[in-house]
Amino acid sequence: MSKKQKTHEPLFHIAKRDSLPWYYSWAIRIIAIILALMVSALLTLFLTDENPISIFSTMIDGAFGSSRRIWNLLQNIAILLCVSLALTPAFKMRFWNIGGEGQVLIGGLATAACMICLGGKIPNTLLILLMIISSIAAGAIWAVIPAIFKAKYNTNETLFTLMMNYVGIQLVSYFVNIWEVPKGSGTIGIINQTNQEGWLPVIGEYDYLLNVIVVLVITVLMYLYLKYSKHGYEISVVGESENTAKYIGINVKKVIIRTMLLSGAVCGIAGLLLVGGTNHTITTTTANNRGFTAIMVSWLAKFNPIYMIFTTFLLVFLERGANEISTVFRLNQSFSDIITGIILFFIIGSEFFINYQIKFHTRKEVK
Amino acid sequence: MSNPLAIELKGVTKVFGQVVANKDVDLQVRKGEILAILGENGSGKTTLMNMLSGIYYPDEGQIFVNGEEVVIKSPKDSFKYKIGMIHQHFKLVDVFSATENIVLGVNDNEKYNIKQAKKRVQKIIEKYGFEINLDSKIYEMSVSEKQTVEIIKVLYRGADILILDEPTAVLTPQETSKLFGILRRMREDNKAIIIITHKLHEVLELTDRVSVLRKGEYIGTVETKDATEQSLTEMMVGKKISLNIERPDPVNPKDRLIVKNITATNSDGREVIKDISFTARSGEILGIAGIAGSGQRELLESIAGLHHLSDGEILYMTGGETVNLRDKSPTQIRDLGVRLSFVPEDRLGMGLVGNMDIIDNMMLRSYKKGNSVFLDRKKPKDLAESIIKSLEVVTPNATTPVRRLSGGNVQKVLVGREIASNPKVLMVAYPVRGLDINSSYTIYNLLTKQKENGVAIIFVGEDLDVLIELCDRIMVINSGRITGIVDGRTAVKEEIGILMTQDSKEEKNNE
Repeated sequence: MSKKQKTHEPLFHIAKRDSLPWYYSWAIRIIAIILALMVSALLTLFLTDENPISIFSTMIDGAFGSSRRIWNLLQNIAILLCVSLALTPAFKMRFWNIGGEGQVLIGGLATAACMICLGGKIPNTLLILLMIISSIAAGAIWAVIPAIFKAKYNTNETLFTLMMNYVGIQLVSYFVNIWEVPKGSGTIGIINQTNQEGWLPVIGEYDYLLNVIVVLVITVLMYLYLKYSKHGYEISVVGESENTAKYIGINVKKVIIRTMLLSGAVCGIAGLLLVGGTNHTITTTTANNRGFTAIMVSWLAKFNPIYMIFTTFLLVFLERGANEISTVFRLNQSFSDIITGIILFFIIGSEFFINYQIKFHTRKEVK
Repeated sequence: MSNPLAIELKGVTKVFGQVVANKDVDLQVRKGEILAILGENGSGKTTLMNMLSGIYYPDEGQIFVNGEEVVIKSPKDSFKYKIGMIHQHFKLVDVFSATENIVLGVNDNEKYNIKQAKKRVQKIIEKYGFEINLDSKIYEMSVSEKQTVEIIKVLYRGADILILDEPTAVLTPQETSKLFGILRRMREDNKAIIIITHKLHEVLELTDRVSVLRKGEYIGTVETKDATEQSLTEMMVGKKISLNIERPDPVNPKDRLIVKNITATNSDGREVIKDISFTARSGEILGIAGIAGSGQRELLESIAGLHHLSDGEILYMTGGETVNLRDKSPTQIRDLGVRLSFVPEDRLGMGLVGNMDIIDNMMLRSYKKGNSVFLDRKKPKDLAESIIKSLEVVTPNATTPVRRLSGGNVQKVLVGREIASNPKVLMVAYPVRGLDINSSYTIYNLLTKQKENGVAIIFVGEDLDVLIELCDRIMVINSGRITGIVDGRTAVKEEIGILMTQDSKEEKNNE
């Protein structure tokens, strides 16, 4: 068969999959995680001479090692999940809300403002009520400004929401300067440390239980809202095809504004939980890039709030575990970033194998 | 007599997921012949041709060009073997001139010299008798001119094997015959030409041989001179079907929709419909003919409340009551009790949501009903199931995303939903575009049945043969103006063809 040598055959080619049963796609994801762990183990061995097993057990230890660590993990999951839930309706509508960071910060700033300016002057219950209202309102306003411009003048929401982040950060930094305690420290310190005015109530002995419960409730509500409500249906239609939305008489502008109000409001709640329920202070890094990480959480979970619990868990676990590695083994921070990077690369890469298949070339002989 | 083979396919198979697009297909094209590839929608014609042009790679099988086995991995390989494909959707840069588009991407290691290139293009034009102004920009061109540019483009790259995917779908009869003249001249020049089409009379008129695919499988090849429309249809469908459209006389027609002197502009401020007046009557199909982009879409969208009118009014009459639809939104129109249904041209981009399942697509029209915050999926589910059953929609189940369905089934879902609301006026735009014969006749029958139920139907079509067979009256528009309304029973194709282009000629003369 001299002819065969002349025509160079590709070894494989890529074809789109039709659809996969859920257990098959999950199997691919699990294999991806196992592969990722193996690659990071090899790399660890190669770079640090540490035993990979002990590295991984340290990772798990870092996340689950003590009840304090577990609560820390849960707290971080709750906040990240909250921000992800907030961004989901916007992204489902194909409105690129990159401004989660700013919306969370502004929500937190409103909370801090109430605590600082009104703490001790009005009853605590009223204060907390005001904090809730003002944080939700602040987040919603921060999100609705780009939405209004998008609806009225069709501005680019990606740039607009991104820029609003910087405005938010600068505002926080301005107020930190005004409220700094002690003067000249450049930080606010713990607000109302003595009387705990405006601190969100602690359920039993668990500092973060309230946050976890609040976010769980939001998760369920968001799931129901997106899947079963008329609003959720409108969001899907607008996201899939604006033309279809107009054709059936959906007021697209109204849906954009309404959805962004919701998105910003939930971001505001995340800010409230961070400032009122966790840190009791505010800095420019209070949101800690969650506004961006949440985008990944939301897309990885394909906008399903229930799946988001798992994707948030994964990301937070990786982050905490990687931090632990770098402290225990006295490796620098970059090493934990490398491990996190490898694992994320594999997980996101596995989506490719879920959507596409690689066909190795088996050819039929033709006479 | 029989020329050497230009292309030969042996046992080519292509599978997408569980869908077998092509199964063990054999095909031969000779030099100096025009081969038609016939097949219903989803029979795998375009997939097969995409494997020749390097867009897909076959899972199994061999491809021979000029007797030698080749591997086509990319469009670049395809050019190398002198295969050129003219796609249904043109791939041109709007702001470039014809010449610029033609030479774009040609990598001949020569210094870029537009004058030289133009001379070479000019030679091709003279050789085959194209009519085109090489300096005009693509956005100024008609569909037919754009197509000409596409054809010259592949010839310029030295293609000896041309593949045309439904080239006549968007052309007027006059433009079509011009194109056929050119294709015949290419055949004389010993080029191999493959043409994909749905129009059987064109196949009979133009081609030498016909290869038929059915459900991805190769059925056979016949000499065109031995074939008839009936015999080809039977090969495609696999059973006898009748090719006649019934046209009962309108019963007791009453004025249902009166359009009075409407004018509308597009977002650029250009007038897209100008001073249009007509009446649609109950129990009657009013056809609208015209070159693509003559204002058909804007006209229907204006009536449906999706396009702002700068002048005129639209009156909906029922039982002695008259409602003016001008400047009403689709929701307001519905709330006024106007029973108007609209099957838009862009099925998956406007009429339906591709990623949603059939049930959720049924809900598009009705989800707002009731005061509950939550959706009622029960009724849409029943509706979806009844449409699947009564219109024989081929789908695994009602929760399959509609984009997974074939064109014909997508259209059945859309038309089914629009008819389900018992309309008094039903507007359909290009309802059989891209549909196979069987599904097309299903749609025609559905429309005729609605007509018998007393619905006023406005039918925008592109196939003049069908318009003449189906419609009671045919309104012809050109550049947004009515150029004539003819009786469907006495109309002649050529007469409509002239009306379709008439106005623009007059305008040019005036300039």
